[in-house]
Amino acid sequence: MEIISTLPPELIRMVFAVIIIISFIFLNAIMMGYLERKIAGHVQRRPGPMEVGSHGILQLVVDGVKLVGKELLVPVNVDRTLFRLGPILSFTPVILPLLVIPFSEKLQARDLNLGLLFIVSMTSINVMAILVAGWGSNNKYSMFGAMRAVAQSIAYEIPILLSMLAVVLMANTFSLKEIVGAQQKIWFILLQPLAFIIYIISGVAETNRAPFDLPEAESELTAGFHTEYSGMGFSLFFLGEYTNMFTVASVATVLFLGGWHGPTLPYGEYLGIVWFFLKVYFLLFFMIMIRWTYPRVRFDQLLNFAWKYLVPFSLVNILITAVVIKL
Amino acid sequence: MKRYFSDLFVGGKSLVDGLVVTLKALCQPMVTVQYPREEIDITPNFRGHIDLVLDPEKNTFRCIACGMCERSCPSECIQIKGKKVEGKKKKTLSLFTLDFTKCSLCGTCVEICPTQALEFSNEYNLAAFSREAFHYDILKRLEERII
Repeated sequence: MEIISTLPPELIRMVFAVIIIISFIFLNAIMMGYLERKIAGHVQRRPGPMEVGSHGILQLVVDGVKLVGKELLVPVNVDRTLFRLGPILSFTPVILPLLVIPFSEKLQARDLNLGLLFIVSMTSINVMAILVAGWGSNNKYSMFGAMRAVAQSIAYEIPILLSMLAVVLMANTFSLKEIVGAQQKIWFILLQPLAFIIYIISGVAETNRAPFDLPEAESELTAGFHTEYSGMGFSLFFLGEYTNMFTVASVATVLFLGGWHGPTLPYGEYLGIVWFFLKVYFLLFFMIMIRWTYPRVRFDQLLNFAWKYLVPFSLVNILITAVVIKL
Repeated sequence: MKRYFSDLFVGGKSLVDGLVVTLKALCQPMVTVQYPREEIDITPNFRGHIDLVLDPEKNTFRCIACGMCERSCPSECIQIKGKKVEGKKKKTLSLFTLDFTKCSLCGTCVEICPTQALEFSNEYNLAAFSREAFHYDILKRLEERII
């Protein structure tokens, strides 16, 4: 006990927060994997996983065990360092944004005054991971996937930043907690509907999910950048993807859907997390529905849409927001 | 410039339409049947292997052991024998086997039967480890039904 009392309390708090967040990431990936397959099934009017556990609820646990048990295969002519680095780079940075997200008024690991900027910089490392994995695999499919990922990310990072900027202009802060606080009376989705739409579209593109899953594109590039990965290498990419989705959805909740605000609950400063999670999982459900509704876009369509529609519209939106605030 | 905006609205509307389609499908009951646990009804015109018709009035087969089916069968997979029973004028059926490994389900035997004594069964759960498992004793199958 004496050692614990000599440690700085802030350090203990951070360690607890990181442990909780990492375990939540695994739980979230399992839940999302199950939800994704169930919703995909029901959209196509089939039952989805049914065999393991009641209604297949343990399917993802079994899949996880299978993936852990597989051999970590390194093909012959790959760049060994980069090949190993890829999955780690894709998984590690996606944990960090969750440290600054305010789940409720008092449930936040750290309230950075540049929280939004921190999230944006961390999520953009994901592109780097895809590039490293694709290049290191020494495989044409992987290389194509990686190149597409970079072009796509550069195109969609700009509208995502511009739509965030519109909210920052209104809240006058980069701190996520204060942005949520500014939505006490009215959610920003009502004041900034255009920014919300732009954010969601570019957010789906950022997570490399269908209809923007060109880096993976299983019908053209087998599995794109993770063609050569097996076992835990693949599952780290998988975890990274679902955590990235969660981050995008929770940032959308913080910026536009009023974060933890909702009808008053007892112990509101902690139980606001219920409203937060309801909103986040609604958005995630929407993202899954999008994936199983739309066909994949062509590459020129993807870039045309970003540069010709999203960027100009978000610029105009920012201009109007700035003028209205100045008045 | 006009095209620029019309593309946006037409495209946006079609995206919403698509989402409505999948949301509707999400709420509809599923089509898949969980086969070993649930089964669907077989259509009445399904052609399984042949079976003898159970005559509800006489509570036995209608077959008169004439051998028309045996002779008409293009694959020669039917074998029939009849024997004389005391007190009856005509022959009675004593053996009716079908080699289902050869049968092509053409239905000539069912069509040619003068007493409509043959029908197609609804059996489709057919799997076995040996050829001999598909040599059916049709008469025995009928006798099991009588009990």
